[in-house]
Amino acid sequence: MKVEEGIAPAAEARSGRGVELARVLKNYGILIAFVLVCAVLAWLSPVFLRWTNVLNVIRQSSIYGIMAIGMTFVILTGGIDLSVGSMLAFSGAIAAGLLKAGAPLPAVIAAALAVGALLGLANGFVITVGRITPFVTTLAMMTVARSLTLIFCNGYPISGFSTQFRFIGTGDFLGLPVPILVFLATVLVAAVILRDTRLGRYTYAIGGNEEAVRLSGIPSGFYKAMVYVFSGVGAGLSAVILTSRLNSAETVAGTGYELDVIAAVVIGGTSLNGGRGSVWGTLVGALLIAVINNGMVLLGINPYYQGLVKGLILLGAVLLDRLRDEQGCGCGKTGGPAPEWGAAPRRSRVLQFWNLSGVWSSFCTAGVFTFSGVMSTGASCTFLFLMGCFLMKASMAATPW
Amino acid sequence: MVGISKSFPGVRALDRVDLDLAPSEVHALAGENGAGKSTLMKILSGVYRADEGEIWLRGKKVVPSRPRDMIDAGVSVIYQELNLVPYLSVAENIFLGREPRRAGGFIDWKTMRAEVRRLLEPFGLSLDPRARVNTIGPAYQQVVEIAKALSLKSDILVMDEPTAALTGREADRLFEVIRNLRRTGVSVIYISHRLQEIKLVADRVSVLRDGRHIVTARVDEISIDEIIRHMVGRTLTEQYPKAASNPGQERLRVEGLTRRGVCRDVSFSVRRGEILGVAGLVGAGRTEIMELIFGSRRRDGGRILLDGREADIRSTRDAVRNGIALIPEERKRQGLVLGLSVFDNVSLTVLDLHSLAGFIRRREVTGLISKVAQTIRVRTPSLSQKVRNLSGGNQQKVVLSKWFIRDCDVYIFDEPTRGIDVGAKVEIYRLMQDLAARGAAIIMVSSDLPEVMAMSDRIAVVWSGRIVGMFGRGEVNEEQVMSHALGLHEQRAS
Repeated sequence: MKVEEGIAPAAEARSGRGVELARVLKNYGILIAFVLVCAVLAWLSPVFLRWTNVLNVIRQSSIYGIMAIGMTFVILTGGIDLSVGSMLAFSGAIAAGLLKAGAPLPAVIAAALAVGALLGLANGFVITVGRITPFVTTLAMMTVARSLTLIFCNGYPISGFSTQFRFIGTGDFLGLPVPILVFLATVLVAAVILRDTRLGRYTYAIGGNEEAVRLSGIPSGFYKAMVYVFSGVGAGLSAVILTSRLNSAETVAGTGYELDVIAAVVIGGTSLNGGRGSVWGTLVGALLIAVINNGMVLLGINPYYQGLVKGLILLGAVLLDRLRDEQGCGCGKTGGPAPEWGAAPRRSRVLQFWNLSGVWSSFCTAGVFTFSGVMSTGASCTFLFLMGCFLMKASMAATPW
Repeated sequence: MVGISKSFPGVRALDRVDLDLAPSEVHALAGENGAGKSTLMKILSGVYRADEGEIWLRGKKVVPSRPRDMIDAGVSVIYQELNLVPYLSVAENIFLGREPRRAGGFIDWKTMRAEVRRLLEPFGLSLDPRARVNTIGPAYQQVVEIAKALSLKSDILVMDEPTAALTGREADRLFEVIRNLRRTGVSVIYISHRLQEIKLVADRVSVLRDGRHIVTARVDEISIDEIIRHMVGRTLTEQYPKAASNPGQERLRVEGLTRRGVCRDVSFSVRRGEILGVAGLVGAGRTEIMELIFGSRRRDGGRILLDGREADIRSTRDAVRNGIALIPEERKRQGLVLGLSVFDNVSLTVLDLHSLAGFIRRREVTGLISKVAQTIRVRTPSLSQKVRNLSGGNQQKVVLSKWFIRDCDVYIFDEPTRGIDVGAKVEIYRLMQDLAARGAAIIMVSSDLPEVMAMSDRIAVVWSGRIVGMFGRGEVNEEQVMSHALGLHEQRAS
């Protein structure tokens, strides 16, 4: 059938200030949310904005922030890496073992990164050559690397290192904690790679349409494997910092980190379908998670509830991302079937769904805050009102009519 | 169906088409790819809504707003790609979503199987309702679809190329089933490219061409040659900028290219400055052959020679490094990354040539792209515009730019003008012509017969994974190419 699913030049069809607002919210929504949350926390807790607390928040974010940068590459290709926490543990254990054996510091750091890279390469190899889904492959690696750690450490933590090594995790340089500097450097390097190198451009392209990349004569498998190497290197780097900071390589180190890491990337606006996102978003996503963790501690909220709140925020972020996807051309990245002619307008359904889930999660969160009895009902309602306003606005911006 | 019209942006897919179907009739629908058969059936099944025209069922006018409405009205469509769940049983597939239940919500297997046996009985087939659908043959899978339609109390069945995946004997069995159906009062609309089958199984045949109803006749009153003539006969309205060609040295030679189940012993060659048209029906294996040459599919056997020397092409990268470009059939799925910019898309093929230690020399690439975009005349506000926001013709030009920028000299175009407007078509022909004039070897796969006839220096016709005809320019007419593409000569020979 010689039929073209005509695509109206969307950018030209809509215009005016509403669109401009929509664009800003779409591109900077996560930043606005971050600022909002910070403002509310600053208002609720006098400690929040103190310099020591601020540094503390960023320092906390750097460990999984660095991994989240590697994960951003993976998710940009449309993949996922569940093994980062375990890779961190194994890299840390190797580094600790080498330190105990008296290896020089640069060699130790190089070894930790190399171990991460190797594990990542193994992931990439199995995914591209073995054609096993990233989910299953890295799930396997998650248990394998954890087991390797236990074998290597014989079940015991390795602790007590030189002050030289301890400097990485605890020292200051130019008035800033070293982990923060490492994190920021990672972000910068990653941003440059994504913008100016073949690997970076191919990463986006593979996530957008791997078939097209392959048919352009590019060995897409190689580049796909490389992003898992990046993820592994990120885990190795985090391992050095974490081990140094705790002065110990624990066998359980990094357990459950993959969730915070993936959450940071997704909250940062990188699409789980691949092809869209940035490390800057991830930076803010990582900071936002750290701020939320910190805020809940400052407000004395029962730690049992933290997962609940983070989970709901993650859901919200993914929903927002979904709306953004649907707002684009309806045919999706695979150029699937044209939307049914005369099908019910989809926007209204999406909006209904959004309202429903927004209201629902707001109620849940409100319940959590009041029930945990730390925040007064009034304060939690204000907080939710602000969040709700933002989310509603964002959702409206994402679904123009 | 009376006066059915349907337009898509840029194309009038159906133009006041009439079609009538008597009870207990098998009515065949013939026409080239793109003649409008599928669109017409999608309107009948409620997938599309007609712009004009009416559908009357048993003397009542129906206005379907969704596929469900037509199923309820007794019209079922069996698509070429069957809609079955492979790991469920025959019975479960037939009653998917309508499983008979017992108290407590448990599935009533006994009733279900009995019902299936009752439905299958008229076919005289021994098919176990408990068999998993992926373990039975394709002919039986068709039967499962038919039984499903009957269980929905359908009395109009639309079958789209039902024998495409069947062997001769399986097809015979299916015809038997269709005759049985007719006996029980079911009417069938039978879409097929196999004209002998139409003669065999149908009562009447209607031919569509370019979205228009051309003729309806009793099959015993019309010959296959007449049908073919109705299918291809057309008024030439399009412009083909074909210049005299001056073929040079042989650039690409393919010898004995084979892949199991796809193609068999394909050999041909293309010279520099020559346009080789490849005709054939959808599914004949044309695209697959091109993919074997381009290295995006692995071949079981055969050699690819470039300038007389054997080239070791195992991946798309090898092909590109040897100067072969493939402009794929489905540009959205295979040619473009829709969410990325024009720059990103076009530069995909050349980043390896224009980067230093992995870093892209952006200015250099931008210069190249601007130049190519000018020759090709891609209409885009800027290079950072997302490809998704461009029109179909411009998207196709982005794909072309992507390969022009690479300096290849074997260009394989797979359906280069499908779904784009006439103006853009002519531009693409002109570009093809320019490439040939510059000494590139060009292969053009196309289902658009006039286009193949007008633009090619030679024409290869593919049928069933083989080249069944190779003609020089002007040696054949459209009817002859079509009859080769339909495999008529092969079947007569065997």
